[in-house]
Amino acid sequence: MAEKKRTGKKFNLKLPLETANLEIIRDFVSRIAQNMGFSDENIHRIELAVDEASTNVIKHAYKGNRSNRKFLTIEVTVYQNRIEIDVIDRGQGFDPKEIKTPEMDEYLKKMKRGGLGLYLIKTLMDKVDYTIKPGVRNRVRMVKFKPNVQT
Amino acid sequence: MEKFEVFRKDAEKVSILNIQGYLDAHTAPDFESHLQKLIKENNFNIIVNLDGLQYISSAGLGVFMGVIEDIRNNGGDLKICCAAPKVFKVFDLLGFPSLYEFYDSEDKAIQKFNKGKKA
Repeated sequence: MAEKKRTGKKFNLKLPLETANLEIIRDFVSRIAQNMGFSDENIHRIELAVDEASTNVIKHAYKGNRSNRKFLTIEVTVYQNRIEIDVIDRGQGFDPKEIKTPEMDEYLKKMKRGGLGLYLIKTLMDKVDYTIKPGVRNRVRMVKFKPNVQT
Repeated sequence: MEKFEVFRKDAEKVSILNIQGYLDAHTAPDFESHLQKLIKENNFNIIVNLDGLQYISSAGLGVFMGVIEDIRNNGGDLKICCAAPKVFKVFDLLGFPSLYEFYDSEDKAIQKFNKGKKA
């Protein structure tokens, strides 16, 4: 599916790394998705995916990093046919190649915690990509297309 | 402010935790400490009633995964009931229904525990 390179409307939210802010993040993205006319089901998928990406940043991105420049940025771009959400941090990053689609049965049998978030994001969104520059800028980009809009 | 609350109810041989509101990485530790308390008190027959749960993320699912082994190794089980479709879907996406028993009512989950006892 070809994406038009048309400029979208941008919305930004920069927050301290606290799990208490997940609520604000969910409200922020779900309100924008709602205004775009996404269905309740898709709004839920979007807010959950963004929650998972943000939780990963809050929990893992800045491990052992004592700098006070620890923030999480949510950048939402609204296009006619899709919503694009970037979750950005300046933490240590990770290797996206390490992300495997786990065999969920095996995974659950081992009762392994964590790591479910990335799998969920992939399942919930139409497109996900990672741009990792450790300590500089790590970005998870998640895209959801609007049904019934011609591209 | 989105709330998260846990209410405990003890029936005969079964402890029920009714969780309400939003279960995410922020509220998961609260839920986990309620479950750990039950385990410490040797209550291993547990029902988690999701009737009032509006939202769950993988941090919430992680709590279920973190305690189940301990509970089953002690001869108990954790059964889940009354999940709204939106909440059940998240469990379903991650394959939980093949490893946890889900019921549409609390009574059915209690009955299952009681039947198990007679054997």
